[in-house]
Amino acid sequence: MQTLLQQIINGLVVGSVYAVVALGYTMVYGILGLINFAHGDVLMVGALVAFSAISFLQIAVPGLSPITYFVLGLLVAMPVCMLIGYTIERTAYRRLRNAPRLAPLITAIGVSFLLQTLAMIIWGRSYHSFPQLIQTAPVEILGGVFMTPVQMTTVGVSAAMMVGLIVLVTKTNMGRAMRATAENHRVASLMGVDTNRIIAMTFVIGSALAAVAGVMIASNYGVAHYSMGFMPGLKAFTAAVLGGIGNLAGAMVGGIVLGLVEAIGAGYIETWSGGWLNSSYQDIFAFIILGIVLIFRPTGLLGERVADRA
Amino acid sequence: MNDISQAIPYLGKRNPKAALGALVALAVLSPFVAGMFGNTWVRILDFAMLYILLAIGLNLVVGFAGLLDLGYIAFYAVGAYTWAFLASPHFGIHLPFYIVLPLGAAFAALAGIALGFPTLRLRGDYLAIVTLGFGEIVRIFMNNLTHPVNITNGPQGIDQIDGMSLFGVEINRSLVLTESLQIKSLYLYYFVFLAAVVLAVILIKRIQVSRIGRAWAAIRDDELAAKAIGINTRNLKLLAFAMGATFGGVSGGLFAAFQGFVSPESFTLMESIAILTMIVFGGMGNLAGVIVGALALSFLPEVLRYIALPVQQMLFGKVYLDPEVLRMLLLSLAMILMMLLKPAGLIPAQARYSRADLLGDKETAR
Repeated sequence: MQTLLQQIINGLVVGSVYAVVALGYTMVYGILGLINFAHGDVLMVGALVAFSAISFLQIAVPGLSPITYFVLGLLVAMPVCMLIGYTIERTAYRRLRNAPRLAPLITAIGVSFLLQTLAMIIWGRSYHSFPQLIQTAPVEILGGVFMTPVQMTTVGVSAAMMVGLIVLVTKTNMGRAMRATAENHRVASLMGVDTNRIIAMTFVIGSALAAVAGVMIASNYGVAHYSMGFMPGLKAFTAAVLGGIGNLAGAMVGGIVLGLVEAIGAGYIETWSGGWLNSSYQDIFAFIILGIVLIFRPTGLLGERVADRA
Repeated sequence: MNDISQAIPYLGKRNPKAALGALVALAVLSPFVAGMFGNTWVRILDFAMLYILLAIGLNLVVGFAGLLDLGYIAFYAVGAYTWAFLASPHFGIHLPFYIVLPLGAAFAALAGIALGFPTLRLRGDYLAIVTLGFGEIVRIFMNNLTHPVNITNGPQGIDQIDGMSLFGVEINRSLVLTESLQIKSLYLYYFVFLAAVVLAVILIKRIQVSRIGRAWAAIRDDELAAKAIGINTRNLKLLAFAMGATFGGVSGGLFAAFQGFVSPESFTLMESIAILTMIVFGGMGNLAGVIVGALALSFLPEVLRYIALPVQQMLFGKVYLDPEVLRMLLLSLAMILMMLLKPAGLIPAQARYSRADLLGDKETAR
């Protein structure tokens, strides 16, 4: 029971990060019908930029509180990622908006590898140890169930991000324009919405979320690395599909569910498989879920849209 | 082979026969020319042949049938590991290649069907990501299937794999013709691989113009219409996956025999992407284009290695971009720029039914 509770907590923490990243996938998919393969790599860039910024600040401006460094790192990483998101959309995707479907997909894969390569050139191949600015010593929250402060921060920040995004999309003018564009580009632009701007904004917002998620992942695992974006990216995509791609609430639900399945699965897989499999197989859960969802319920848990569009 | 020789600039259109002759001469002589610059280049040529084999196999799935497969390398892995299991000291089994290679191809075909069956309803992006997941699952298993029974030997891989022997000739050793005339193993492998490529090309050309090939083109261009005119889309898609996978399996087997060593390192997503880039770069759906793309993208990084490294040494006194980084950079840029500037590839496919740029709904998303 204790193990189960502990795994649920771990799953919620990981799931909340997946949810934040999944929002980026789902927003872009909702508006462009494109899987932005490079989204996971934007996350990686965010983590590495924050790593560099924090390392620099700790030397240049010593003596600040760890939280200040952390926030400053985020404040550097977010605009950098927003700029990258904007650049990607502007240079690679916008020109292909009317091209056959395979073209933007292949470009997206190319952009993903380009970002990884550039990160490899800038930061090298080694694993960088991400500064542990938030306590990592576990705190007992329930009898025998532990949670670290950095995990609590992760859940808190992720929740804040999600609420912020929902408010933005449902309450502001820009949010309305985004929804209109997702509904129908042409009609939206006839109604005076600058759809190019809205699409660019979608990338910018999604990339900012990815930057935050990247910093949270790096803080949790204590490392940053040029290939760290790949798996979270795939899992977040799975989460988006699981929830119903194009649907914001779905992305959040999908992220949490995927996190839970993974954590519980990793905890029990060895027992279930009679010792044949163990927790190093953790990553296969996301792919299996993805397969099952796409085959049996391509619209996801909350989605209405048909999957057979591509 | 006609359109391949026609792809040769200048000569191809005017004198196809001469072009074909030039092509054959080029194919036969190239290892000896490469050998003048050192054995490394012959080795690179050997790998280029394997890449061609892989690329034309993937082209069957992506270019002909329009099914974007990002897990193609998994079939290569199946072929390679089959060889490693059945012809190495790892399990102590040493079967001859003419049993192992067809077995590897058959297992790969089965894996292709296993991947194809659940994904029949998916196209485009979704198919791409599910196949990617399939490739990753295979890699995770290769990496971890070590207990309770050690099957794959994990990340260390399996070594001392038996080489091939053809008609009593050990391809792994130099073939001694006379005292002074020997053909090195690297060259022997080149000709074995070349033969495989030629066979594959002939086979694929026949398939392309057969009912099956045309049905694939129909499915790629408009699945619904294809179904409506009575094409059994399910079986034909499965066939595409299975046949593509067979090519992957065969090249995997050849790779294992050539290399004598397999490990999960060789079967990463990066490799799947590299092969996809070759197709995209050369001209999706066009055999000549795919071959040119595969040759170009397996040679360019090596050429770059020999130019860029000394240049960097000279300019900065230090190597900033190592060959692996250069290769990734080249592949990713090739993908992006090709799609933006010349989406049909270097040598676009001629017939409408095999041209990706004339296909698909030109309409904006909704």
